[in-house]
Amino acid sequence: MKRVTLALTLALAAGLTAQAAEAQTLKTVKDRGMLSCGVSQGLPGFSSPDDKGNWTGIDVDVCRAIAGAIFNDPTKVKFVPLSAKDRFTALQSGEIDVLSRNTTWTISRDTSLGANFTGVTYYDGQGFMVKKSLKVNSALELNSASVCVQTGTTTEQNLADYFKANNMKYEVIAFATNDETVKAYEAGRCDVFTTDQSGLYANRLKLANPNDHMVLPEIISKEPLGPMVRHGDDQWFDIVKWTLFAMLTAEELGVTSKNVDEKAKLENPELKRVLGSDGNFGEQLGLTKDWVVRIVKTVGNYGEVFDRNVGAGSPLAINRGVNNLWNKGGLQYAPPIR
Amino acid sequence: MTTEARKPPPQIALKIRRILGGKAGWNGVAVQFAFAAILGWIGYEIVSNARANLENQHIAAGFGFLRNNAGFDVNQTLISYTGSDTFLRVFVVGLLNTLIVSVVGIFFATVIGFIVALCRLSPNWLLSRVGEIYVEVIRNLPLLFQILFWYLAVLAALPNPRQSISVFGIAFISNRGLVVPSPIGQSGLAPFLAVLAFGIVASLALHFYARRALFQRGQVIRIWPSVLALLFALPLATMLVFGLPFTFELPQLRGFNFAGGSRIIPEFVALAVALSTYTAAFIAEIVRAGILSVHKGQMEAGSSLGLSRGATLRLIVVPQAMRVIVPPLTNQYLNLTKNSSLAVAIGYPDLVSVFAGTSLSQTGQAIEIIAMTMGVYLLISLLTSAIMSVYGWRVSRSLGA
Repeated sequence: MKRVTLALTLALAAGLTAQAAEAQTLKTVKDRGMLSCGVSQGLPGFSSPDDKGNWTGIDVDVCRAIAGAIFNDPTKVKFVPLSAKDRFTALQSGEIDVLSRNTTWTISRDTSLGANFTGVTYYDGQGFMVKKSLKVNSALELNSASVCVQTGTTTEQNLADYFKANNMKYEVIAFATNDETVKAYEAGRCDVFTTDQSGLYANRLKLANPNDHMVLPEIISKEPLGPMVRHGDDQWFDIVKWTLFAMLTAEELGVTSKNVDEKAKLENPELKRVLGSDGNFGEQLGLTKDWVVRIVKTVGNYGEVFDRNVGAGSPLAINRGVNNLWNKGGLQYAPPIR
Repeated sequence: MTTEARKPPPQIALKIRRILGGKAGWNGVAVQFAFAAILGWIGYEIVSNARANLENQHIAAGFGFLRNNAGFDVNQTLISYTGSDTFLRVFVVGLLNTLIVSVVGIFFATVIGFIVALCRLSPNWLLSRVGEIYVEVIRNLPLLFQILFWYLAVLAALPNPRQSISVFGIAFISNRGLVVPSPIGQSGLAPFLAVLAFGIVASLALHFYARRALFQRGQVIRIWPSVLALLFALPLATMLVFGLPFTFELPQLRGFNFAGGSRIIPEFVALAVALSTYTAAFIAEIVRAGILSVHKGQMEAGSSLGLSRGATLRLIVVPQAMRVIVPPLTNQYLNLTKNSSLAVAIGYPDLVSVFAGTSLSQTGQAIEIIAMTMGVYLLISLLTSAIMSVYGWRVSRSLGA
């Protein structure tokens, strides 16, 4: 027993020691020539590989944008698929540089994991999906139902809270991966499948007959999803944080992947600041002056990323809703670049 | 001349020197202690270094999290558990789920294994071929595949709760599992259990007494009428005096699922079936090897005494074979227990799933949780080995080996 435990502690301690010494994540990434990015094992719209192994999704584009800002090359990302329960350990142990895996920002995760959330890429909320044949119209009619859920998520805890608060009984069946959960739901092991609402729409596409299933109207939680980085490297924290802000600012200023070069030539003081011909904000971050141009050329602005992956231009066709910009009735708001 | 006189007086110091120091004597002992001290120091350094590093990075450490509320539910709990219980209770719930599926798996694996082994050894051509095919097919397919097969096969074959298969209107089988009536204790329960316990103890005592009488005095005592009276008549009489010990609560379809009654979830069934059939294939080969290791003459001797084939096996061959069977059998029991952690693939809430999985990701305390989980598996394995060692020692002793 002692030997095994010691071996484990040794391995971990060694890993942790090495990692504490190299707080310079940007330098490590540059030396490696590759950004290591933790993503999901397959959630359409957020991070999923296609049949050729190319990753797409909002979370994937965040990593590509960071790689674009650093290397001016969106292909220099290694995507590491992680299950919900492995994701934080992978970040803590230094296996990945950034965790961009539809992870809900909560206080306990922000304070006890040795990691920080850098922002919100997608404002989500938990919902329920049921078979239409059950003739259920509200989550409040789910008393005594069996519910399939992915283990190690905030979803699992919200579920317990919701049924308890509404005095309803239920049976929970928790699986390690998203695909196992969906498979069990489809096999009839449970009446209800629950996850973030965006995930419900995404997973519905995977079912044999998507139209036999419906998403119930209730949203039972706040699920702000965002990227995470390790504690102790403020420069890296700033880079990941401002990459998202750059995408939002670009959308706000009407800068897209198509018109970014023209916009850079305009004599507009704000555009000049943001696109790097005035000031040296990029260099202060440890990047180049044209960092925003690089990001927008790589993945486009936030609106383009949203539309392409989960919005009108994707099979998910999710409404912008609260994910619209602040001046269009949504919650997405970037501090000024100046 | 007594045997005591020949024994040298106990010399504890000498003994220690020999055990620790070997041929090097007291120098050897000193080296051992120095070695242990260095190991301890290295261990301490590693642990304190890791602690310091974790603290620097603001990663929570220590076992304080065990007292926090878990906040999630589990679908099979042998002890009462709700989402507002602590992570420590989650640990116990997961541990009990692992233990129950392991114990059930070990029991059925042993039974099936022995049956298949006897089939393979049978002079009947068909039986032995069936045994052979079973072993070759089952042991050559990956276990995870078999678990998923049983799970999806069980789920696919069964109807939803509203169309569940009714067994005489008291038990129901559906893709939510098997629901059976659950006993509810009444006022007569305590005396009933007390009398039943007395009956069992008294019967066992009678059995040992009769055995002693047979071996020591050659006296045959007929005990079955008294045992029958102790085990059945007495409890029945108690029931008449104190009333029914328990009544049954019938399961009823309410809403989506059955309410009332006890339920065996399909995840448990799939896991237990897969683990026991898979391990049984290995056990069958071990048992066959054990039986073949007993000399053919023993079988012939049994026949010449007029014993039937079954009686020869039971009384002569198997007891001798057990000496060969027990050590590898222990390995299989340990494998089965550890393989039960594959439960995570089908959502059975075992220790790895609810503690090293869910709890880990809710708290992020990987080092503590993985260490605890490893410790538990090691402890279970060591206990199983210990029990099997004692059993193996008894088997060898009874044969006078």
